Amino acid sequence: MTSAYIYDAIRTPRGKNRGGALHGIKPIDLVVGLLDALKDRNPTLDVERIDDIVLGVVSPVGEQGGDIARIAALAAGLPETVAGVQLNRFCASGLEAVNTAAAKVAGGADRLVIAGGVESMSRVPMGSDGGAYVQDPATAYDAYFVPQGIGADLIATLEGFGREHIDRFAVASQRRAAEAWETGRFARSIVPVRDINGLVVLDCDEHVRPDSTVDGLAKLRPAFAHIGDVAGFDAVALQKYHQVDRIEHVHTAANSSGIVDGAALMLIGDEQIGYALGMKPRARIVSMAVTGSEPTIMLTGPTPATRKALDRAGLGVDDIDLFEVNEAFASVVLKWMRDLDVPHGKVNVDGGAIAMGHPLGATGCVILGTLLDALERTGQRYGLATLCVGAGMGIATIIERV
Amino acid sequence: MSEQHESERIGAAVIWRKGADGIVTLTLDDPDQRVNTMNAAYTDSMRAAVDRLEAERETVTGVILASAKKSFFAGGDLSLLKEGSPETAGAQTAHIDGVKADLRRLEQLGRPVVAAINGAALGGGLEVALAAHHRVVADVPGCRVGLPEITFGLLPGGGGITRTVRMLGLQKALGEVILTGRTFTPRAALELGLVDAVVDDVADLDAAARAWIADHPAPVAPWDQKGFRIPGGGADHPSNARVMPAIIANLRKRLKGAPMPAPRAALAAAVEGSIVDFDTASQVETRYLVSLTCGQVAKNMIEAFFFDKQAIEAGASRPSDYPPSTAERVGVIGAGMMGAGIAYVAAKAGCEVVMSDVTLDAAMRGKAYAERIEAKAVSRGRTTPEASAALLARITPTGDLADLRGVDFVVEAVYESVELKQRVFAEVEAVAAPEALLGSNTSTLPIELLSRGVKRPADFIGIHFFSPVDRMKLVEIVRGANTSDATLARAFDFVRQIGKTPIVVNDARGFFTSRVIGRFTAEAVAAVGEGIEPATIEQAALQAGYPTGALQLLDELTLTLTQKIQRENRKAIEAEGGAYTAHPCEAVFDRMIDTLDRKGRSTGGGFYDYDADGKRVGLWPGLREAFDAGSTEIPFIDLQERMLFAEAIDTVRCLDEGVLTSAADANIGSLLGIGFPPWTGGVLRYIDQYAGGPAGFVTRARELAERYGAHFEPPASLVAKAKAGETYC
Repeated sequence: MTSAYIYDAIRTPRGKNRGGALHGIKPIDLVVGLLDALKDRNPTLDVERIDDIVLGVVSPVGEQGGDIARIAALAAGLPETVAGVQLNRFCASGLEAVNTAAAKVAGGADRLVIAGGVESMSRVPMGSDGGAYVQDPATAYDAYFVPQGIGADLIATLEGFGREHIDRFAVASQRRAAEAWETGRFARSIVPVRDINGLVVLDCDEHVRPDSTVDGLAKLRPAFAHIGDVAGFDAVALQKYHQVDRIEHVHTAANSSGIVDGAALMLIGDEQIGYALGMKPRARIVSMAVTGSEPTIMLTGPTPATRKALDRAGLGVDDIDLFEVNEAFASVVLKWMRDLDVPHGKVNVDGGAIAMGHPLGATGCVILGTLLDALERTGQRYGLATLCVGAGMGIATIIERV
Repeated sequence: MSEQHESERIGAAVIWRKGADGIVTLTLDDPDQRVNTMNAAYTDSMRAAVDRLEAERETVTGVILASAKKSFFAGGDLSLLKEGSPETAGAQTAHIDGVKADLRRLEQLGRPVVAAINGAALGGGLEVALAAHHRVVADVPGCRVGLPEITFGLLPGGGGITRTVRMLGLQKALGEVILTGRTFTPRAALELGLVDAVVDDVADLDAAARAWIADHPAPVAPWDQKGFRIPGGGADHPSNARVMPAIIANLRKRLKGAPMPAPRAALAAAVEGSIVDFDTASQVETRYLVSLTCGQVAKNMIEAFFFDKQAIEAGASRPSDYPPSTAERVGVIGAGMMGAGIAYVAAKAGCEVVMSDVTLDAAMRGKAYAERIEAKAVSRGRTTPEASAALLARITPTGDLADLRGVDFVVEAVYESVELKQRVFAEVEAVAAPEALLGSNTSTLPIELLSRGVKRPADFIGIHFFSPVDRMKLVEIVRGANTSDATLARAFDFVRQIGKTPIVVNDARGFFTSRVIGRFTAEAVAAVGEGIEPATIEQAALQAGYPTGALQLLDELTLTLTQKIQRENRKAIEAEGGAYTAHPCEAVFDRMIDTLDRKGRSTGGGFYDYDADGKRVGLWPGLREAFDAGSTEIPFIDLQERMLFAEAIDTVRCLDEGVLTSAADANIGSLLGIGFPPWTGGVLRYIDQYAGGPAGFVTRARELAERYGAHFEPPASLVAKAKAGETYC
């Protein structure tokens, strides 16, 4: 087994859902823009050497359907030998794409793979692809399916995270994101989105609300109380979590991840391809892990996934310098920090999805790139990125800066 | 083939008559039963009839489905359906698909088929009618149509799901018909779209059917027409897909997690069937039906809600030597919630009712209860203003017991005090008709003790109603030591007269129902004392299939009432020289009432907190500290089976002590009176159907006894029954 390295990592800025700048940009164009940028940024990259493109998409229907990875390769004018595959591990898809590419490279099947993901949530709404877990009565009934937000509120209830605690975390995410933007920490990774005439459509994360305050957020209505009651989801969750008398609905639009449009890519290859093409690796993929977790609460997978990735790397929690834990909901990160006993100072240091948004298929790749940027900025060595995943899964990847 | 004008039997259960106009009337007439069902006689006859229709198609101009019975068709053959097993799944599937294929051939004959519905068409009966192109119904008393399969743990697998989804749309078919099991009057069915026309008289059906045939020589079912689309679209249509997760979750919410497979299967069959063609949908529907008939729950529910109930209502527990009787003038003493309800249901059944209380005002308040119910019924169109006024006029409130002069049937519903009841009966006996039945609605006091005040103890009997009286179907008739058979028969007839289901038990403290439900709540309260999470205790009951959590139930009843019963029980046992063993729950009751001042909902709060309007807001947080909630965890199934077993074991003791004399009474009493989980088919059937049968139950009871107390030790009679390989039902 050889090692897989990250040679480059880029992303689009994230456009907000309502009235966002990227609403008029097709998902395939987000990907093509990044593919073009990869070529521009890596002039010695011989595109003939690219074996495959692996892209995560969580709602792969309509304009995001039909194996967008292969079609983007064609649209970007890459050689017809460059294959493409779209995969879906729900919110982990972007990181799964990276891990899959890394595994192909490490296993020797491929030498050079582009990995990443895309999601235009304003154009292809969440849930557009249906699925037995959500739509099929026999399956959903037996699985005690409830939407993620109910699980997030259940985590908060079980852990005793009150509304103020949750909102404080959200405000911190906003402050960190704002500061990261102000100080140019994302400069290396952001590729502005341009229209067909080359005019810049968006060059910064649009969802950030730097002026958020705990007092201000307290005024927002809980987002999941209504469906918890009227759609019956609270009752379903409580049948499983029978020790809980009622679910405290603490999550709002402001302390949950933002619904946004965006894409991200990484260039993954083995050591030799770097020599051959004159490219310098930025990080090594040290270990990776996926795991299942209890599906009704759905969002507790990051803890076991983190432990599994650490075990495989032979590392302890304290060996990791920085963490990215996807801010799907504030309670997910707060619980993970409590479980692993990691201080907030090492987690999501440049803000997260609460501030900048969670373009489902892309996010895993986005946060791994953010982690790499932060390791480089701080000169630290190990980083771990993890996400909670639909239907009760967790994913984690450890990288080492080289 | 020559034209025939004579009627002839085709198979055993169908009469074939072909008119000169080419219209064939198929009259369903089961040779051996009062009603038509989907039994072998029907199946064979219908197959032969359809074969012949196909053979004579060229000379047939239309088909009328009619019935020779008072009802149209009662439904599926429950005797057959309850015999399903995984081993016979193949044969069941083939049988059901075969029955449906014949109806499908009829539907696709290319000739108009009209169902002339002269009386009730339920379940499989309605499904036969749904295969016709047109349904005309006579709006006559007792004529109801609907698909009640779900109430027997089944689903409408004779085409009922497939066709109603295509007729009404997915959400309406599920929400109004399939998942509710509701039955409809002809006019309500017409409004909903289940039937196409209503006539006022059975005699008008034939002409209406012929007229429709004349106008529609070659109808094609909508779903057999090109471009057919389910109203509102299939499950994959965005308007359905969007709400599907909520429909599924709300079904689970409504069932509270009880192990009832039928609603889930029915929803699945409807949804899955909506995205494929008719014939594939029909296959899917059959598969889900067979998944239910192969399981235990449908058997339990069919046995209880059909066969046990039928046996009871046919008079299995009524002394047979007495002619049927009717109560004419009923005296109700006490106009509280129970008295008011009893007066209402008696008046509704046509009795003249005199309702007394200590003042006329109090009696009028009792009548106001009937007025409220009737006002609602009028506003919802369930009755007419005239019928309602006549009903209310039959209730005469009074503040003077002497106004009960001449009543032939007395039901006393005053405060639960022996002295008070004895005094009231002495008074009323003097004014009532000389042979008047003397009934007490006591829920726990010994009948023999109450009857000591009267001169005619043979005419004295317990008639125990359940709250709310107008909705609860059960009445527990309690026979005292001196009660005569004639009195028992009259009480039984009265209960049937008012449309309720009577069980008959013998006199003992708490009788059957109050005594046994106390075992359920006792287990829950003991668990609170053990430090088990109260929320878990409530969920355990609900997910076991109880309609209400025990702690919530106790709050409604007030904890003090239960404490009082426990204390009186203790006094009685000790007075008889017996040794009383306190149940662990008693210490919790004492602490809740005497130390924590949490007596129940009516006093501001008990196990739960309530807001200013009396609405339950959540478990009382003080419970945590008071009982160290969460300090103990036991397997969820243990908690559930403690409740179920405690009731079942005490029911066996009721049999041992002669309080109960029949398993059907025990089953129906537990299901209709005290909320024993419906999926079990009743408290004694629960023992029979437990994994391993009574022997398996005994083994598990001993295990529970070891872990949770000697009161789970199986009684000797149960052990003997298990050893002999016998069952209760």
